[in-house]
Amino acid sequence: MPRLILEPRFHVEYLSILDSEGNLDASLEPKLPPGDLKALYRAMVLGRRLDERMVRLQRQGRIGTFAPIKGQEASQMGSVFALRPTDWMVPSFRETAAMIWRGWPIEKILLFFAGYVEGGQPAPDQHDLPITIPVGTQLPHAVGLAYAAQYRGDDAVVMAYFGDGATSEGDFHEALNFAGVWHVPVVFICQNNQWAISVPLKKQTHSKTIAQKALAYGLPGIQVDGNDVLAVYVAAREAVERAHAGEGPTLIECVTYRLGVHTTADDPTKYRAQEEVAAWEQKDPLTRFRAHLEKKDLLEDGVEQRVDEEIAEAVRRFEATPPADPLAVFDHVYAEMPPHLRAQREDLARWLREGAAPGPAATPTPPGATPMRGQRLTRR
Amino acid sequence: MVKALNLALLQEMERDPDVLILGEDVGVDGGVFRVTDDLQRKFGSQRVIDSPLAEAAIIGTAVGMALYGLKPVCEIQFSGFAFQCFHQIENHAARYRMRSQGRFHCQMVIRMPYGGGVRALEHHTESEEQFYAHVPGLKMVIPSGPRTARALLTSAIRDPDPVIFFESKALYHAAKEEIPEESESFPIGRAQVVREGRDLTLVAYGAMLRVAREAADVLQAEDGVETDVVDLLTIAPLDRETIVTSVGKTGRAVVIHEAPKSFGPGAEIAASIMEGTFLHLEAPVRRVTAHDVSFVGFAREKANVPDVARVVAAARETLAF
Ligand SMILES: Cc1ncc(C[n+]2csc(CCOP(=O)(O)OP(=O)(O)O)c2C)c(N)n1
Ligand SMILES: [Mg+2]
Repeated sequence: MPRLILEPRFHVEYLSILDSEGNLDASLEPKLPPGDLKALYRAMVLGRRLDERMVRLQRQGRIGTFAPIKGQEASQMGSVFALRPTDWMVPSFRETAAMIWRGWPIEKILLFFAGYVEGGQPAPDQHDLPITIPVGTQLPHAVGLAYAAQYRGDDAVVMAYFGDGATSEGDFHEALNFAGVWHVPVVFICQNNQWAISVPLKKQTHSKTIAQKALAYGLPGIQVDGNDVLAVYVAAREAVERAHAGEGPTLIECVTYRLGVHTTADDPTKYRAQEEVAAWEQKDPLTRFRAHLEKKDLLEDGVEQRVDEEIAEAVRRFEATPPADPLAVFDHVYAEMPPHLRAQREDLARWLREGAAPGPAATPTPPGATPMRGQRLTRR
Repeated sequence: MVKALNLALLQEMERDPDVLILGEDVGVDGGVFRVTDDLQRKFGSQRVIDSPLAEAAIIGTAVGMALYGLKPVCEIQFSGFAFQCFHQIENHAARYRMRSQGRFHCQMVIRMPYGGGVRALEHHTESEEQFYAHVPGLKMVIPSGPRTARALLTSAIRDPDPVIFFESKALYHAAKEEIPEESESFPIGRAQVVREGRDLTLVAYGAMLRVAREAADVLQAEDGVETDVVDLLTIAPLDRETIVTSVGKTGRAVVIHEAPKSFGPGAEIAASIMEGTFLHLEAPVRRVTAHDVSFVGFAREKANVPDVARVVAAARETLAF
């Protein structure tokens, strides 16, 4: 009955390949064909430029509140790039660049943030869930998807996104635990951008890293430089390969930074210093990847311009969307519309047509029913 | 209304050292709607706690604090995220008094913004008061403007039972009203008749009170109809007496709420009217509410949330019955 220390044979890796000047550790460099490198860069630029465009659209009142991704392009693109279309992608609410890569049309994303429920509908062949706003709640869904894929014998991996703040929610821990116990093909991508609105990481968790939280659930956890798209890609590809090979789940912590506001409703000057932001601007994932491509002579002319044109085209399509049909609020509540909803729908249609009040008609009543007349004690 | 709520918190914290604040972004940031602005600077980070992002643990630890005798005022950032702590509210906050047979109780307030009208995303526009109103042991309060907000929050903090306190986002900055400097409270469980008339009763609360009042103005101006407007203020326990007295007088009632219709507060109010004054009813009780849908997106919000025109139309049909 001794008292002893169980030699912890646990470790947490850290991976960085491109430093902030774009210098490369060639021994760690992934073998990506030039086309892939260019595609990655273009997707990151698209994420950045669309973000800027969306901020302007929000300021003009053409869309509502949204969560900018500025600074997190490498975390998103490096990870999602490791997926095949048949794999699943489970976003939270700050994955615009990754969602576009997965095939979400830009105008659909704009519609979503303009208050159209249509913006949440994935294409029939898309293996993507819509944006989830309640923090961390999508993570058990990812584990369930992965279980189902395994159950069916499908060769599909699930990649789920969330922030540093989400790691405080019970759903995060329960999802990791289930993933470990069930040994399912899921990759958890934590975009640790240092802040959960006004709460800095050190007030969020007493752990030194987020990656190490995986160890408690028996899965590997790795921390990567989240502003280094190559490092993120390498870690994600390894995790996806392990998952495909039946080797179970992985947690990847991408150490990055939210350079902008939490959402367009937020004022970060209230809680963080400009110097901190400025220091992270020096580590901008786009600048560094650009420098790397320049050295490799892979930087194409006019990427920015072509991306801007693509965005402008999408904004035009978005603006051409007809006004929302109010009656569509009753669609997709149930597979088959129950009688009370049909009655409410008819009521609303009548109201919109002729200004007839909503009322008892919404409770289907048998014809000829006279609930009170003739029985009342009337004073008038 | 934000300032009024802030004042109630400030004065109660000055009055009682057991009162503390706990929630996401309530400290340095002063809350995403600024309701707790400046309180951390005044009372320190031990009393105004920026918690990690976990609603279940916010309410769960607050239950523990309350069992020990503190009086936590928790903020859930949006009512749409309170399902993450619903088990702590229903299983524990609402039940410790009963479970310990009076030995323990949870004197705590759970504040949260609710309701639409602010062009917000899913989970940021819904009205969920019916869930809490249905739970025995909880009190469910929804003020309709700065003065009632301040007075009711003061009462809620002093109330020995757990109080769910909904704050309308649409009223946060829009509603302006003079409020007295000295502390003011208003009894929980009591409705207020804010306008008197003998022809019709409108029952509303929160942001819908303004809709009811404007509808009453229209009915007065265009139809010569005199309306009783009942501001519910507390959803549970419901002030049946005030409602029944009013409808007993007018014989006609329209109930307005932002929550979906089925199994909402309007149903309980209508049933209370039936039970309390059936023989004085001149017309069926009407409900003007949101439809039975979970989320419509702000592009379609107008079609879903009751407005003055819909209330006036429903009132006219009730009057013509
Ligand atoms: C369950 C839940 N609680 C609160 C919120 C409000 N909220 C939205 S984002 C956010 C912070 C999230 O931080 P993090 O997980 O780090 O993601 P980030 O926003 O930094 O991408 C909060 C508190 C929410 N959406 N869901
Ligand atoms: Mg974060």
